[in-house]
Amino acid sequence: MSGQLTTTQLEQKANDVRKDIIQSLLAAGSGHSAGPLDLAEILTTLYFDVMNIRPNEPEWKDRDFFFLSNGHCVPVQYAVMAERGYFPVEELGTLRKFGSRLQGHPERTKLPGLENTSGPLGSGLSQAAGVAYTLQHIDSQLHRFVYAVTGDGELNEGNIWEAAMFAGKYKLSQLIVFVDRNNIQIDGNTEDVMPLEDLRGKWESFGWHVQEIDGHNIESIQDAVGMAKAITNRPSVVIAHTIPGKGVSFMEYDYHWHGGAPGQGVPNQDQAKVALKELRTLGGKIVHEGAGE
Amino acid sequence: MSDYALNPHYAADDVTQEPTRAGFGRGLKTAGEQDERVVALCADLTESTQMGKFAEAFPGRFVEMGVAEQNLVTVASGMARAGKIPFTSSYAAFSPGRNWEQIRTTICLNDQPVKIVGSHAGISVGPDGATHQMLEDIALMRVLPNMIVIAPGDSIEAEKATLALATNGKPSYLRLAREKTPIFSTESSPFEVGKAYVLRQGEDVTLVGTGTMSYQLLMLARKLEAEGISAEVVHAPTIKPLDEETILNSVRKTGRVITAEEAQVAGGFGGAVAELLSEKMPVPMKRFGMYDRFGESGAPAELLQHFGLTSDTMLPEVTAWIGKVPQYRSGF
Repeated sequence: MSGQLTTTQLEQKANDVRKDIIQSLLAAGSGHSAGPLDLAEILTTLYFDVMNIRPNEPEWKDRDFFFLSNGHCVPVQYAVMAERGYFPVEELGTLRKFGSRLQGHPERTKLPGLENTSGPLGSGLSQAAGVAYTLQHIDSQLHRFVYAVTGDGELNEGNIWEAAMFAGKYKLSQLIVFVDRNNIQIDGNTEDVMPLEDLRGKWESFGWHVQEIDGHNIESIQDAVGMAKAITNRPSVVIAHTIPGKGVSFMEYDYHWHGGAPGQGVPNQDQAKVALKELRTLGGKIVHEGAGE
Repeated sequence: MSDYALNPHYAADDVTQEPTRAGFGRGLKTAGEQDERVVALCADLTESTQMGKFAEAFPGRFVEMGVAEQNLVTVASGMARAGKIPFTSSYAAFSPGRNWEQIRTTICLNDQPVKIVGSHAGISVGPDGATHQMLEDIALMRVLPNMIVIAPGDSIEAEKATLALATNGKPSYLRLAREKTPIFSTESSPFEVGKAYVLRQGEDVTLVGTGTMSYQLLMLARKLEAEGISAEVVHAPTIKPLDEETILNSVRKTGRVITAEEAQVAGGFGGAVAELLSEKMPVPMKRFGMYDRFGESGAPAELLQHFGLTSDTMLPEVTAWIGKVPQYRSGF
């Protein structure tokens, strides 16, 4: 699949994913908004452009792996997986509902294509590291890559730094991690709740190759993955600077939209209407600008 | 007496003794020989948890994790996702003591066949004291859906249990001890996950134990016999799933039950048996174990004596109790 969509098409797809997120959160009536919205470009690029995967054969033995460490952001993963063909887009309407495969936090045993079960923070990165260790040091499958996404608030967890130390020691170069640096967590801004800076310095001191990018720029994401793959003596982390709630004007930059109830964390009926209208307008601009390329 | 092949010398003063962790060490190496998917991860305790034999034989499949128990089990979960059968080891106080939520989410709910091997469980750890004497692990592990919980009775059984867990495809907890304990089983004794075994038949009371406490119950039964009390001894190395049939069959016959474990009885093995019997066959019950308190430093034998977990210390309590409570019969 790699490279089949143009940058404009990927941007358009990310915009579709945002609409899916708003619609599924509206139907669910609870969940998380800001993180899923700001991860749309990163997950779209990974699933539609970067990863070697087969949606109709989720357990394909040569696939790349994706681990969502901050499981509460799963609405974006569900939306991207549906758009990519793992399951029907209509199923997104079952998010968080009784009997759904789309549990409030991702459960591997419920939905084919998920590699892990996450929600409690801090342990997805180490699971990704476990796969990367196996591929690199036991099975010698050097052509396969392991991608992981963590939140920035999640970096408060000690388990993250245990994993960072482990991946550094074993030079897990097939492990490529995106930190969603949106600067918010539940109680406020990350630097007020528990400061993370110097974040670059932290990862570097654990033996990682560090890049910082605009997490909404598709080409930057593609370039960062290319660079990470070229680094063969260290694990790679990409600190992706993002705007929480990206694409919906009244959610952007506001930590109150991390998650919660309708009107106070996820959109209510009226807010969803406004959000979808904005996203349709944005989508129109992408197509228009793309047409001029 | 019973079909179970007991070590004919189990009651001798010079009975062979070995820590259960040693049997695990041998079993893990054999499991590694039998299946190349078996990998081992250790949190800076390779020799004391007896992973050394495996590490030496299969250096490419042994992973040193450092002192990081949360990472230990979550990396193992990832390795299981990549097709491996990971055994993780540390002291039980740290794993599963420190990393319970990671075990719950990434191994049990995620249904990955990771083996949590907790060594140095129980008060017989000795001089290290209460911090290192894990007593709550049975309770912590047996409440988890999907989790199998095993406390082998001696080193021979620990070896068999290790091999069985390598092929059961399930999240599993193996509880091991630091100290040498008498070997009461033999190479030909049966071991199957989920089975309890009648070690000795009797009529007046059922003594059901897990882990190395089953040896104390065997010795207790001999002493009770000298006082004219016929005790049946059931050894339940699998705490979850409990072998309800074997326990109920015994209790139906004797109408009284005593449990023993080197752990908190609240939520522990005694708790598990009490849950079973209170629903299906309520009978008078007495539980030996730790009652809502921590251990302390001391020699292992001294501590077992102090906390009433030897056949000698149990004997007067049991004879007095049997004198007081009736044998309940079905239809009671």
